[in-house]
Amino acid sequence: MAKGKSCVVLPFLIGFVGALIVGWGLFPKLLYSEKAQPIRFSHKVHVEDQGMACDECHTFREDGSFAGIPTTEECAECHAEVMGEDPAEAKFVEEYVNEDREVPWLIYQKQPDNVFFSHIAHQDFDCTTCHPDVGNSDTPPVYYENKISGYSKQTMKMWQCERCHAQNGASNACYVCHK
Amino acid sequence: MEAIEFKVKWGMVINIDKCTGCGACMVACQAENNIAPMVDGSDKRMTLTWMLVYELSNGKPFPEHDIAYLPRPCMQCGKPSCSTVCPVIATTKDEEGGIVSQIYPRCIGCRYCMAACPYHSRYFNWYDPKWPAGMEKTLNISTSVRPRGVVEKCTFCHHRFMYAKEKARYNGEDPMDLPEDAYIPACAEICPTGAIVFGNLNNPEHKVAKLAKSKYAFRLLERLGTDPQVYYYSEREWVRRQGDNYLPHEKTKGE
Repeated sequence: MAKGKSCVVLPFLIGFVGALIVGWGLFPKLLYSEKAQPIRFSHKVHVEDQGMACDECHTFREDGSFAGIPTTEECAECHAEVMGEDPAEAKFVEEYVNEDREVPWLIYQKQPDNVFFSHIAHQDFDCTTCHPDVGNSDTPPVYYENKISGYSKQTMKMWQCERCHAQNGASNACYVCHK
Repeated sequence: MEAIEFKVKWGMVINIDKCTGCGACMVACQAENNIAPMVDGSDKRMTLTWMLVYELSNGKPFPEHDIAYLPRPCMQCGKPSCSTVCPVIATTKDEEGGIVSQIYPRCIGCRYCMAACPYHSRYFNWYDPKWPAGMEKTLNISTSVRPRGVVEKCTFCHHRFMYAKEKARYNGEDPMDLPEDAYIPACAEICPTGAIVFGNLNNPEHKVAKLAKSKYAFRLLERLGTDPQVYYYSEREWVRRQGDNYLPHEKTKGE
């Protein structure tokens, strides 16, 4: 009797464990492709060694919009020529500053086309409330791209925006965030 | 459904007597809101015109003949007929400012809202938007492009409201108390005769608030109770009379 029971349970157990492995391990690997930033940019060198503040590069424009990542021109204010020993910096100067090209940075938090996110409305929050803590990183984190949607895995989802809005008493009307 | 009272109520007053029917507002709207060139502009059932200029006529022979032009955006009704019939909550009127929202990815294309809207302000995307090669560079980054199969409408260039709020925040001002002309839609900006005036109807210092109270101001199909935020202005009685379905013996509003 006991033997017969294990024969019934065993296939289900194997199936369950198998499904867990596929669902938690294999499928995410299949769904997301791992990408590295074009330049191994070190925030640590800028923040800790040079003592720069976030808003020295990540500024607001005069119309209140957020400039995001600095342009090559702004980087070249310091990096017109190679300053250090780091091969990543030499690559940046050679391939982008000298060629006058913009770096195709991968944006971890890139939002879909119909989202209007206002940085200045959220300026009282710490950057890391929403962004990964890149400010202390020496190597930028791996960028996971959803192979189906093309979006970053780290992009903030609508439920996260809505939850924070609800908790802070901000409106959750559609047009508060959408365009 | 109870209408929400907003602190800020964006509204428009269109002076029909000033409108020359040039259609600049329509062009500005199409460029601002990424409306693709029409597949067949002569087929009005299939075209997208968030802002549409209608021609009105008093129907009398010469020399009493008179015409007028009536630009028609979305009325951003206080009690919208469209949002109440939407089965998927893709269109709502719940944000400060009183603009009726339209969320394209959520829209299922059932077109109930189009049937409900008494102003024909809503349009359905029959085709995928296509721009001639090179013209996609003229796309406005502030407006999201709609795919085939969803409904769209005028949003009072809502993204400009967002930008105006950002600028106010940058300057340390109250984003909910924008000064006159800090935020105006593309149609109002382009109008060469200044026929379209835009502002906060609840702010007595704004021009629209005064104009809307004029005895020459009227709203389209006012007696339906939709409470539109778009007002028209004409000193000609026959124009005002065409704003609603008056019976022959009825007096025109304001007379």
